[in-house]
Amino acid sequence: MLDFELRTIMPEIVILTTACLVLMVDVFMRVRQHNLPYRLTQIGLLFAAVLTFKSFGLGTEIILSGAFISDDLSHLLKLFIYLTTFVVLIYSHAYIRVRQILWGEYYCLTLFAVLGMMLLVSAQNILTLYLGLELLSLSLYAMVAMRRDSQMASEAAMKYFVMGALASGMLLYGFSLLYGITGTLDISTMAQVIASTPITDQLVLIFGLVFVVVGLAFKLGAAPFHMWIPDVYQGAPTSVVAFLSTAPKVAAFGMAIRLLVQALPALHPQWIDLLIVLAVLSIAIGNVVAIAQANIKRMLAYSTISHVGFLLLGLLAGNAAGYSAALFYVLTYSIMSLGAFGMVILLSKQGFEAENIDDFKGLNARSPWLAFIMLLLMFSLAGVPPTVGFYAKLAVIEAVLAVDHLVLALIAVFFAIIGAFYYLRVVKVMYFEAPEDASPITVSGGSRFAISLNGLAVLVLGIFPGALLAVCLAVLA
Amino acid sequence: MVPLSHFLLLGAVLFSLGVAGIVLNRRNIIVLLMCVELMLLAVNTNFIAFSRYLDDVAGQIFVFFILTVAAAEAAIGLAILVLLFRNRGTIDVAVMDELKG
Repeated sequence: MLDFELRTIMPEIVILTTACLVLMVDVFMRVRQHNLPYRLTQIGLLFAAVLTFKSFGLGTEIILSGAFISDDLSHLLKLFIYLTTFVVLIYSHAYIRVRQILWGEYYCLTLFAVLGMMLLVSAQNILTLYLGLELLSLSLYAMVAMRRDSQMASEAAMKYFVMGALASGMLLYGFSLLYGITGTLDISTMAQVIASTPITDQLVLIFGLVFVVVGLAFKLGAAPFHMWIPDVYQGAPTSVVAFLSTAPKVAAFGMAIRLLVQALPALHPQWIDLLIVLAVLSIAIGNVVAIAQANIKRMLAYSTISHVGFLLLGLLAGNAAGYSAALFYVLTYSIMSLGAFGMVILLSKQGFEAENIDDFKGLNARSPWLAFIMLLLMFSLAGVPPTVGFYAKLAVIEAVLAVDHLVLALIAVFFAIIGAFYYLRVVKVMYFEAPEDASPITVSGGSRFAISLNGLAVLVLGIFPGALLAVCLAVLA
Repeated sequence: MVPLSHFLLLGAVLFSLGVAGIVLNRRNIIVLLMCVELMLLAVNTNFIAFSRYLDDVAGQIFVFFILTVAAAEAAIGLAILVLLFRNRGTIDVAVMDELKG
């Protein structure tokens, strides 16, 4: 029995072992080597990906006394978590070496964050969910503060820490109320108990629900709980931001599904109202404020907020089509965001961070290929066909229209058009303005290959979205 | 026996104090960290009260985990605080304004 259970959580065991190994290697290597921890991390991620991939389609298993669930949804989310982490590490390999960031700790914390995300998407119990979330958050706080001599990074880390702790507190307070009413920590039992609770007794439950949704909104970065996102994105090292804006978003989507859809389906009419407010505010604030930004990391931060709004739109449709549209959205968003921040990393060099939109001036003259990849990514983020961003937005809006929220769909389209302006501005400076620094760009072969694949993936997925969309539908059926 | 509602009220008051402290505090980051702890302890009170009332130990086990995580969280928070102090020589909340827009 136990043997069987251990096989099911083998990917988690692999990641944990790799994390400990990386830590030990870093401690005991006499000369601090950069490549060894990096290689170990990548091998561990690949190995876990193979194990997760092999368990696809084996059906749902609940193990470890109901603490952990292994289903196809968790497998899909985990595969994207490995994938984005793997590519982020390729991009940041040179970045962190040049900047002398403590690399042993960096890889170790990345792996622990991955482990936290894996627990988060596989939680069948709110205790597991909480522990996964904290493992993720605590690792991220430390990673944001990793550039120890940077004033901006330490300020960003402090803001992130306080906001994150506040969010955890809210979430926990909601959990304590849910536990008090239902008498259980188990997600599926909780759903059953709530379904049989009479409406009159649901007041405390709704009170708890509000706290849970607020906590969730903080973690996802939905307006009006988004204040930390721009500061953290601007202040943290770009390699950390690339990680922060991809894999944890995928994991947070898993958390939202587990909590709202699987634990609290009976309160659907109540949480739908909350999500409508969050979604509209996020789309509006994200897209409008982004226009005023000169720093590209800050601009992408506001763009993240607007994308979170779209993700919530899919969730609030409240049916399988809506959830799968939201899943498709978050998976494709993670690929686009990965590429956009990857490009910021690759254009930076020693003593210079390509953080301002002006640093992209004349990129076409310096490197036509990189400019073309960035063009694809920006088009996709803006939602221009035939890139995947267009298709993701279309799927979400379709799902919202199917449940008769015409006004919401119109608002979303309106702000998406406004949003297209600031993405296209980046394209404009790349192609139609003269470079300030005309030196050619040196990018290592591996990174160049990865960013090319990344950019082309956005195009290919946009032309053939069917396969991924079918998988998204299947795992949420 | 003290009724459940009294404990829940205590929890709610402590939690509100914690949140109010974070929102209103304009002076010192250490106070912020204390407010975070207060929030978590309010949650613990809730869990223990419910656990006793429901006669179910799961809530008390949750409390152990919250306490452990709170310790780790405080360690990281204080580490970031030290970093901040080394970089700028102050832990005043009001001067944390380098990042804005």
